[in-house]
Amino acid sequence: MFETMKQRVACTLSLALMSPLAWAADTLPEGNQPGNYPLNLQAPKSGIAEQIFNLHSMMLVVCLAIFFVVFGVMFYSIYAHRKSKGAQAAHFHENHVVEVIWTVIPFVILIALCIPAAKTVIAQKDSSNAAVTVKVTGYQWKWGYNYLDDGIEYVSALATPRDQIDNYDGKSAAKNAHYLLEVEPGTELVVPVGKKVRLLLTANDVIHAWWVPQLGVKQDAIPGFIRDAWFKADAPGIYRGQCAELCGKDHGFMPIVVRALPQADYDKWKADTKARLALAKDDPNKVWALPDLVARGKGVYEANCAACHQASGQGVPGSFPALAGSKVATGPIADHLGIVLKGKAGTAMSAWKQLSDTDIAAVVTYERNAWGNNKGDLLQPAQVKAARQ
Amino acid sequence: MSHAQDAALGHDAGHGHDDHHDHKPAFFQRWFMATNHKDIGALYLWFSFFMLFFGGLLALGIRAELWQPGLQFWKPEFFNQLTTVHALVMVFGAIMPAFVGLANIMIPLQIGAQDMAFARMNNWSFWLMPPAALLLVISFFMPGGAAAGGWTLYPPLATQFGIGMDLTIFAVHILGMSSIMGSINIIVTILNMRAPGMTMMKLPMFCWTWLITAYLLIAVMPVLAGAVTMLLTDRHFGTSFFNAAGGGDPVLFQHVFWFFGHPEVYIMILPAFGVVSEIIPAFSRKKLFGYGSMVYATASIAILSFMVWAHHMFTVGMPVTAQLFFMFATMLISVPTGVKVFNWVATMWRGSLSFETPMLFAIGFVSQFTFGGFSGLVLAMAAVDINLHDTYYVVAHFHYVLVSGALFSIIAGVYYWLPKWTGRMYDEKLGKTHFWLSTIFFNITFFPMHFLGLAGMPRRIPDYALQFSSFNEIASIGAFGFGLTQLLFLWIVVKVTFLKKGEPAAAKPWDGAEGLEWTLPSPAPYHSWDVPPTVK
Ligand code: HEM
Ligand SMILES: [Cu+2]
Repeated sequence: MFETMKQRVACTLSLALMSPLAWAADTLPEGNQPGNYPLNLQAPKSGIAEQIFNLHSMMLVVCLAIFFVVFGVMFYSIYAHRKSKGAQAAHFHENHVVEVIWTVIPFVILIALCIPAAKTVIAQKDSSNAAVTVKVTGYQWKWGYNYLDDGIEYVSALATPRDQIDNYDGKSAAKNAHYLLEVEPGTELVVPVGKKVRLLLTANDVIHAWWVPQLGVKQDAIPGFIRDAWFKADAPGIYRGQCAELCGKDHGFMPIVVRALPQADYDKWKADTKARLALAKDDPNKVWALPDLVARGKGVYEANCAACHQASGQGVPGSFPALAGSKVATGPIADHLGIVLKGKAGTAMSAWKQLSDTDIAAVVTYERNAWGNNKGDLLQPAQVKAARQ
Repeated sequence: MSHAQDAALGHDAGHGHDDHHDHKPAFFQRWFMATNHKDIGALYLWFSFFMLFFGGLLALGIRAELWQPGLQFWKPEFFNQLTTVHALVMVFGAIMPAFVGLANIMIPLQIGAQDMAFARMNNWSFWLMPPAALLLVISFFMPGGAAAGGWTLYPPLATQFGIGMDLTIFAVHILGMSSIMGSINIIVTILNMRAPGMTMMKLPMFCWTWLITAYLLIAVMPVLAGAVTMLLTDRHFGTSFFNAAGGGDPVLFQHVFWFFGHPEVYIMILPAFGVVSEIIPAFSRKKLFGYGSMVYATASIAILSFMVWAHHMFTVGMPVTAQLFFMFATMLISVPTGVKVFNWVATMWRGSLSFETPMLFAIGFVSQFTFGGFSGLVLAMAAVDINLHDTYYVVAHFHYVLVSGALFSIIAGVYYWLPKWTGRMYDEKLGKTHFWLSTIFFNITFFPMHFLGLAGMPRRIPDYALQFSSFNEIASIGAFGFGLTQLLFLWIVVKVTFLKKGEPAAAKPWDGAEGLEWTLPSPAPYHSWDVPPTVK
């Protein structure tokens, strides 16, 4: 825990340092506050989102117009041609002219609707000439961001504490304003304002979808494939979204936060973050003592593994195996490392190779020495490094 | 009627002479070895009614959890099982069997045939369903629980689940077999067993829509079977159809699934078109407007439905040309669909309308189904779909089509033909109450979901951000109201069917109704059309 705590403190401090710049009020989109009755798409904050908004409004008007005409006629019949009012049924039951007309007119309306729609589709698909390229990886249930040009890389996960979410006893803590839409401090996707940001999306385990409504992007992240998408934030601010493809039990707890900064602030953020990440980087050749590794491993475990195997190591019977007393966690250490590095096909256990050598060494060591697993053995980061080859 | 033909129809040859005296087999033979099309239809309808309540209970489980933000009742993994099984049960257990039930009872009555073409196989197609449903139900009790990947069962997620997923796959296989057998039966019956003089262009609309639906079923059920079989071998036999690490492609599953899945939604709506095309003319006391164009529109919808599957996949990252093609093709379906709606409205125009319960449900169908069509048109716009796909907007859209569409039409059909089946009139006042409560609660439940989707609430989530709480509360209240209202329906049906309460029904209780079924006495005799009628 100490390690993640240290990181959190570092993040919070670096954010605090930048806060005089206070880019934009950190609120939810207008009309979308808790307790409100939001009726429309979130206020668009990118050119594409704006086009989407306008297309939707246009469709709404056209559909409502047709609806009122057609059902106006129907409700007029219901009103005026009632048997109880003595209406006599007419005898017509065919009219080719009318039938052709009401085939052709909708067809023409469709063509008229398709033209602007096609323009937006074409614009959406043009991801060329991006200023920044970020690789986005979906994990069950986190997002990994990798700034390909700058080597900045971190993982972004839900920050909402569990005691706000769990309300089984009716006594959950008060929910904060960004309930379920907040990520751990310092792990937002940070981008420059007004610049084209290209995303290269993939996933580590199952299909996820990266979606930020106000920026008008949604793209599936598919394991084994790379897909691209782009957006350009019009104004500085914070934009929130969620994973939009059912990806397992914590699908509802996979938020996305984008922080758009003016270029100068963005550059500063980049420099600071690089320095911070370099500081936090471990020497893979360092030799660790058992208690230190276990202590570090606990933090890694809670951040990554506890979602399924539970903090108690008991797992969820039938769904996720227990680690306490398990064959893997008490068997040969190489097999244990193998399953963490490579995952287990056909199950929710995915490969964790994205963790650092030290983190993997720590978490494996922790699992072998917690919850009554008293193996007393340990894995050094160098061994993990060797096993990766 | 020759003895050879009797035997083909599955009657015990020795009993052949009894057929004319409305002799019914003993209870066990009658219900467990049923070959009579009316008995099998009744079995289908009761089965689907039961599944409707079971699926509805699961839906209420979903809505209870979503009533308030936070997790109150279920673990998230169980929530996903609820949504998945709710959908599978509703689609394969409630809506489809209900239409097959209506087909079984009504097609022979409407075309003047003595029974379905393959009466013995008909028994099989029904009796495959309960075990399949049982598999779905017991999957909840397997280690790891039921399938939890949504009814779309997308891999690689679907390869992560336990044995519940395998049971689901087997259930889908069995249900597919049942559907194919049922479809063959319907096609052969309609094509070969029409009464003399009933040309194809005199076929009742309900038969037409079912004929086309049956072809769709035969075309796509094997596709679904293939998709889930590949999933099964990926799970257990080391294949990698959908596993990129082994050279496969997860998106392939989606293409195959939706090549089945899109026609599937038309399988659930074309027979509905047929039912309301019978009811609206009857209560307008006027012939169906544009019979010919109705037939052509139905056929065009069916054909187009094979060309639009990828509109469920605009966010997987298709090339721009594919996006444009699927967008245009999808929007095109609204043309024949529009023709149908215009024809229904024109049928009512200058009619002599009355509003008994079947008509109310039919009007509810037309207006609300059309609403679902409009939201479908919005979703068809690939660019807009980027912001709406996998949100509650989609949940609203397809429930407008499936509940106020398919389900309302089934209910309308049940009220319309109930006097013919039971020989008694249902309680009209209760029926009307049922309609109004259903409509009001349905809209309270699903209308706000449009707003939730627009505001950005993803679907298939057990908990949501606070800005979605107000509309979720309304939707949950509506859902419980809707669920309770259906108990009223159960009561209405039980009252005429089992308690035998209600006015005796005339052979033709609706003065505007047309069709052969109304020339038989009510209730229709156990063996009807021993002598085929002649159609002029
Ligand atoms: C009044 C009764 C119903 C209620 C209250 C209800 C409620 C719901 C809700 C809230 C969901 C959303 C789950 C989610 O995405 O998180 C859902 C999904 C679904 N429902 Fe219903 N539903 C009802 C009836 C029906 C009927 C009659 C059908 C007919 C076929 C149906 C088909 C589906 C399907 C296909 C899904 C998608 C499940 C998935 O995401 O895989 N529902 N229902
Ligand atoms: Cu996800």
